[in-house]
Amino acid sequence: MLRFAVRRLISAVLVLFAVSVLTFLIFNVIPAGDPAVRMAGKVPTKPQVEAIREEWGFDDPIYVQYGTMMKKLFTGDTVSYFTQLNVVDEIIKGAPRTFALAIGAAVLSLLFGVILGVYGARHAGQWSDRAITLLAVLGLSLPVFWLGALMNHYLGFELGIFPNGGYVEFGESPTGWFWHLMLPWIALSFLFVGFYSRVLRSDILETENEDFVRTARAKGLTEKQVMNRHVLRNSLVPIITLWGLDFGFILGGGAILTEAVFNLQGVGQYAAESIEQLDQPVIMAVTLFGAFFIVLLNAVVDIVYAALDPRIRLEDARAP
Amino acid sequence: MSAPLLSVEDLRVSFRTEEGVLQAVDGLSLELAAGEILAIVGESGCGKSVTAMSLMGLTRGANTKIEGRVKLGERDLVGASESELLGVRGAEIAMIFQNPMTSLDPVYRVGEQIAEQIRAHEDVSAEAARERSIELLGRVGIPHAESRVDAYPHEFSGGMRQRVMIAMALSCSPRVLIADEPTTALDVTIQAQILERVMELRREENAGVILITHDLGVVAEVADRVAVMYAGRIVEQGTLDQIFYDPGHPYTWGLLGSVTRLDRDRAGALPSIAGAPPSLIAPPQGCHFRPRCPHARGRCEQVPPLEQRDPKAAGHLDRCWLDLEAKRSLRQVEGGIGLAPAAEAQA
Amino acid sequence: MPEGGRVATAEGAAAPAGAPEQATLGAPAGAGPWRLAWRRLRRNRATLVFGGVFVALVLFCIAAPLYAKHVAHTGPYENHLSDTIEQDGETVNVVGFDGVPIGPTWRGEFLLGADDNGRDVMVRILYGGRNSLLIGVSAALITLMLSILLGLVAGYMRGRVDGVISRMMDVLWAFPVVLLGVALGTSLALGGFELGPVSVGPGSLLIPIFVISIVYVPYMARPVRGQVLILREQDFVEAARSQGAGPLRVMFAEILPNLASTMIVFFPLLIANAILLEAALSFLGAGVQSPEPSWGTMIDSGVERIITAPMLTIAPGVFLVATVLALNVFGDGVRDAFDPKGRVRMEH
Repeated sequence: MLRFAVRRLISAVLVLFAVSVLTFLIFNVIPAGDPAVRMAGKVPTKPQVEAIREEWGFDDPIYVQYGTMMKKLFTGDTVSYFTQLNVVDEIIKGAPRTFALAIGAAVLSLLFGVILGVYGARHAGQWSDRAITLLAVLGLSLPVFWLGALMNHYLGFELGIFPNGGYVEFGESPTGWFWHLMLPWIALSFLFVGFYSRVLRSDILETENEDFVRTARAKGLTEKQVMNRHVLRNSLVPIITLWGLDFGFILGGGAILTEAVFNLQGVGQYAAESIEQLDQPVIMAVTLFGAFFIVLLNAVVDIVYAALDPRIRLEDARAP
Repeated sequence: MSAPLLSVEDLRVSFRTEEGVLQAVDGLSLELAAGEILAIVGESGCGKSVTAMSLMGLTRGANTKIEGRVKLGERDLVGASESELLGVRGAEIAMIFQNPMTSLDPVYRVGEQIAEQIRAHEDVSAEAARERSIELLGRVGIPHAESRVDAYPHEFSGGMRQRVMIAMALSCSPRVLIADEPTTALDVTIQAQILERVMELRREENAGVILITHDLGVVAEVADRVAVMYAGRIVEQGTLDQIFYDPGHPYTWGLLGSVTRLDRDRAGALPSIAGAPPSLIAPPQGCHFRPRCPHARGRCEQVPPLEQRDPKAAGHLDRCWLDLEAKRSLRQVEGGIGLAPAAEAQA
Repeated sequence: MPEGGRVATAEGAAAPAGAPEQATLGAPAGAGPWRLAWRRLRRNRATLVFGGVFVALVLFCIAAPLYAKHVAHTGPYENHLSDTIEQDGETVNVVGFDGVPIGPTWRGEFLLGADDNGRDVMVRILYGGRNSLLIGVSAALITLMLSILLGLVAGYMRGRVDGVISRMMDVLWAFPVVLLGVALGTSLALGGFELGPVSVGPGSLLIPIFVISIVYVPYMARPVRGQVLILREQDFVEAARSQGAGPLRVMFAEILPNLASTMIVFFPLLIANAILLEAALSFLGAGVQSPEPSWGTMIDSGVERIITAPMLTIAPGVFLVATVLALNVFGDGVRDAFDPKGRVRMEH
């Protein structure tokens, strides 16, 4: 188990390295034109461009350029040319907001995803199941930025039930914090609830047909025992896996659209604004920040998966 | 014969499917005595597994209709409530399934799975259940049971998993054991060992065993009585000798004729029954075997009753209109009993 | 899908309650898999209805010029800042002095109202729909072709080739979908793209098409590779090889046709996701560039005006959701018809 975990983490580091190379390529090599000009943002001035070229070493060979970029990112020297603010500081400022959004949305989506998925599977084919299925597909079809904007406008601005966007520190007012995050949580989890409930529903129905479930019934277990101990225990594994990956995705600022629509000022919105202003150093840093969480949670999920499913452990023991 | 342990009267099981109503079991009756091994034989899809599952109410569902009577002692299981059945499943009727590779839950240790069944029926502590699991594993011939009890199913071979399944089935000393193709997925050498266990169980516990199989070799080895099933109905039933030496139904002849035998002339192709089993959604009228039977006549459009045809052979029933003499001559083909190809039969 | 970072997806179709083995028994002998799928599809009314809705939406968008010319009497880029129209017997400014555009008139001109520049919203929605659909369908096609190619080569060749391709997919996988799309989109939108003779301008629709198609490749290539790994071990492949067929022949003449149902199953779902991602990228300014309309850009500019003119946000969104929902439901039905056991899964 430990060896598996170590191996998995090493490969995560390798993937991160590849991601950083790709990010570097996307911004500095693939597009046409002068990277220094792009980096300077929307209205570059000539001395600024010169300074940037010098600072980032755009006249150096490509691998040296990559080294320079990584060094600047890791030493926390990267500065936005648009706002003159240090990128790492800004990310650290936005992270708690992003984390709050991620944790709440993750809890909500897993909770309702499981409830609806189990309910749908147990009533498969009935109208309630069809309604849930349609709702789930609707969840997958609603662009979160549109849903969020409408919720914010009607529930926040028009009816005044919820605050109209923004964020309040937990320390300042726990209820305000909760209330401000309510709509973002709901908007963001809508999609994931739809997603998880569908996957879980079909996994349950599939597991129901497994031989071992028939065995469990033949043993004389009650329907509830069969469901909880055998069907759910086996069908939850894929959902937990997906959930972990999504969690990493939102933690890494992947909920760009939600944060932007609700003006949460988290890492995602920081990314969205930097994109609008074509603030390249920020986009680069945020992309790597996001990838870090995705890769990290990917590795964690793999390790947890191995803990949940004994068959994986065996494969590991046999692997060279 | 004393009062039977288990008796089935006119069992009918049908499923609503996308294509229509599927009559999987169509008026099946049989009896099982304590200490007896009854084999149900037939091709895959003939309804034998559905029969086995339906005895314990395992096929119940929104799209299933089960009619008739299944009596365990004095109790009727078809009309029984789900909670009554819970007390029967695993405790009084236990089942072993065809595929040992998939019949155990992959995420639990085998000991936990056996203990789970014990604790579903008896009020014992976890430790006591575990002790019993170890003892049971030892009894079915799993070496180092004390340590293997904590292993996961994937750490066992197919034969060993089937032993675990048997140990589980034995755990509450059931009165009836249903073994659904218990050896089909296993190597021949392992097959013999598993059958040996089943026989021992019958001896030790005086349980009645229903053995479901398509393998006549297995039947010849262990069965006391045999029921031959075709397309949802029993077409013939009797003692092992009656079925093997004096079979009354053309389908049985076909089954017997298609068994590989060492003493047969190897130049000829292995005989098989021409045609395919009928759809159970729209079965042929009358005798279900009619479309494949070279000896079918006009009256076969009416369903023949399952009756004793030979007054001297008690308990030997079949579902074929042919008279005794005709049967005895028609079933003789080159090399013994078999189903003559259609052309020869007509001639 | 804009947030979620993964293609939404396959689920196994529910087997009817009852014993599993009977389902196959009941199937009439002789019906080929395609005919069987067609029959299942025809019986699934929801699928047909939503498929019809999608086709209707597509036709409507294709007919945008006709609508603009004969019904709305204005084009998608024509401003009517200082124009007036008759409404309920009164003369109303298309864009009020306070900058608020008129709302829906529910007739030919300005059916759904006007935007900030006095442009007809309905006309722009139809033209925007053409862009969104064009991007969605072409991106889905490119994704499909790239994934089939990569999955086929990786699955068939195995070994080192597979290793390289699979690792590449892992790396793409590690990017948040929206961030990757946005990163590519912005960096390309800044300077355009030049590769040898190919030169793409910064505002070209080719950029979002390219970006979206790349982003979804790993989600599709992995399951294809998995299927090829199974197919390559089958007897018919062995037979072809023993008759001297080379790897190219085996891959494209033997294995590829067996992937057809996978492609059919994924295509509608891929289009739906591509359209959603296009909207998200455009919303963030990294997709379709102004003045070209698309549903995403329209929602983006609508949100800024949501308090005074909510229709500018609602209308394009409703079309977007209707299209994506229709595709998703239709796609689900297609999958249930072609792959009722849920064998093929798009990985998440």
